[in-house]
Amino acid sequence: MFTQELLDKSSLMRKKWEDEVKKIIAKNADMKDRWSTVSDLEIKRIYGPEDIKDMDFEKDIAYPGQFPYLRGNQATGYRGKFWTFRMFAGMGTAVVTNERWHYLLSTGQTGLSTAFDFPTLMGYDTDSPKAKGECGKCGVAIDTIDDFRDLIKGIPLDKITTSMTINPPATALWAMYCASAQEQGIPLTKIGGTIQNDMLKEFIAQKTLMCPPEPSVKLISDTVEFGTKYVPRWNTISISGYHIREAGATAVQELAFTLRDGMEYVEDAIRRKGLHVDEFAPRLSFFFNSHIDFFEEIAKLRAARRIWAKGMRERYNSQDPRSWWMRFHTQTAGCSLTAQQPYNNVVRTATEALAAVLGGTQSLHTNSLDEVLCLPSDHAVQIALRTQQLIAEETGVVNTIDPLAGSYFVEALTNEMEEKAWEYIHKIDEMGGMVAAIEKGFPQMEISDAAYKFQKQIDAGEKIMIGVNKYNIEDEIVDIPIVEIDDSIEATQLERLAATKRKRDGRKVAECLKDLGEACKKGENVMPFCIEAVKNYATVQEICDVYREVYGEYRDPGIY
Amino acid sequence: MAQRRIRILLAKPGLDGHDRGARVLARSFRDAGFEVIYTGCHQTPEQIAATAIQEDVDMVGLSCLSGAHNYLYPAVARLLQAEGADEIVVVGGGIIPDKDIPPLKAAGLKEIFLPGATLDSINDWIRANITPKE
Repeated sequence: MFTQELLDKSSLMRKKWEDEVKKIIAKNADMKDRWSTVSDLEIKRIYGPEDIKDMDFEKDIAYPGQFPYLRGNQATGYRGKFWTFRMFAGMGTAVVTNERWHYLLSTGQTGLSTAFDFPTLMGYDTDSPKAKGECGKCGVAIDTIDDFRDLIKGIPLDKITTSMTINPPATALWAMYCASAQEQGIPLTKIGGTIQNDMLKEFIAQKTLMCPPEPSVKLISDTVEFGTKYVPRWNTISISGYHIREAGATAVQELAFTLRDGMEYVEDAIRRKGLHVDEFAPRLSFFFNSHIDFFEEIAKLRAARRIWAKGMRERYNSQDPRSWWMRFHTQTAGCSLTAQQPYNNVVRTATEALAAVLGGTQSLHTNSLDEVLCLPSDHAVQIALRTQQLIAEETGVVNTIDPLAGSYFVEALTNEMEEKAWEYIHKIDEMGGMVAAIEKGFPQMEISDAAYKFQKQIDAGEKIMIGVNKYNIEDEIVDIPIVEIDDSIEATQLERLAATKRKRDGRKVAECLKDLGEACKKGENVMPFCIEAVKNYATVQEICDVYREVYGEYRDPGIY
Repeated sequence: MAQRRIRILLAKPGLDGHDRGARVLARSFRDAGFEVIYTGCHQTPEQIAATAIQEDVDMVGLSCLSGAHNYLYPAVARLLQAEGADEIVVVGGGIIPDKDIPPLKAAGLKEIFLPGATLDSINDWIRANITPKE
């Protein structure tokens, strides 16, 4: 990157600066001895040319739209199109969530993102004893295609892309989307959206569990194959670091485990389905957290693009640049927000959103200030969405692409995160891949270590959360409106489900489920059978029960 | 004979998977010298009560962040009472709205730990309030 002459000069100047620093701190010590990121990665007082002297501009940095895509996939950056403003929303019944979606679209949101309630996420119907008390609490309750039709009422499926945060029952929910599109006369080739459908991170972090890891990956490869053949605009997996981070991982762990999960899916689709990597990899998408440590997050997102590009080309011999592109959604960090002094959360979210944008995200959810306490109120959602719009339209950060490139610090930190991530990736390779690593409890334990360490640092005041361990307000009364989901939602949803069950042809449902079970046993692709089943009003749980029966049920081993 | 150590069942009732708090607490309890059994996620109140009795614990700690605490926490306390195991102290944690706390306490929860509670403060509360069985 630099001539030897410049490096020599810098070395002399640096020495002079270091001497000056020593003199000053001998008289006035720094406030603390060690400075580190929120992930406890140590940061130096200053970075200079020597920290990035081994970088090769052509090989390591380049321009946007050029390998290794450090600076972004798109040559035009945010000038042609901002990132997608995509707020995660879901509550109560499908009818209620549909109203919220229309409200969000009316305020300038450009994509939809679905939060499902816990029973739906876990593949249980509202009438299951396991669902008691949970209906509609954390998201929308979907039992059958009748609910789904109400969910998407008035949403143009060929124009608006919808993301669905759904994992074990992803096949069932995606089948409902496909079937609904067909009912509206929209061909599958025209619909676009995302299913999260990333089970590996469930075992590692989020814990919406159904079947063991191996068959879970098989179901995911089924969707990859089906999407590749019939729904080419659909992102069949959103490989997610968000939940890994929220579970307590460091930024490096989030980066490494997420990308290694992605590689596991690539390897499985190639091996199990006989697909060529470039047939499906362009539709893989990613989902990252943007935490409070500003530069660490920017470096992480930049490093993510470079690791993926290199990995796809070198590990899987991919030839298509679209496979090398890491496309990702980002969400600001829920775990960085505080129940105390909740209005401070607006500032945290704005900082995190700015980091995501400077890291080059293609899509963003900004958390609402009240999300620590409850589902967000309309007003809180509006502030969160306005935060994105303000960054896009007022701050000027979109004027130029990857403005921090070439910063000694940002490039050095990006390199360091990439190196540390590759170390983890290679370690997991040696364990036999991510499924094997998960079975050993490796990523789970690494995350638990990091989470425990962080909590102890908070308790000791070594890391600061304003309002929690510094600048607390004694006997603070948190006085913000709390959105509550009325328990009557459960009765309403139970009645909706009962009504659907009454009108459907029970024999036809049983037949569809039997066919699905046979397909599972034979190792066939389940998607066509799922679509047929949901069209005949099979419920989410009925489909998942087939999986549980054929593949077995996985229980959280409670690793800590 | 040396006094038995305090035995804690840490449990995640319901379908919620937010287990960071529970996992951190499990380690903290272990390091504080308590015996800890962690159930992992997705336990029914019935499973939790049965485990508590079977493992002869002194305290059950419940963690649920899905908003279903008003149903799940009292259910565990009620089941323990019904089994005559009401000497087992039940506590809960999480983001619990202030107004939910009195009804939870009336339902048999001895303490509710809120966001911002330090690990030490929880350990101190346990030492002050839980007497290990003979």
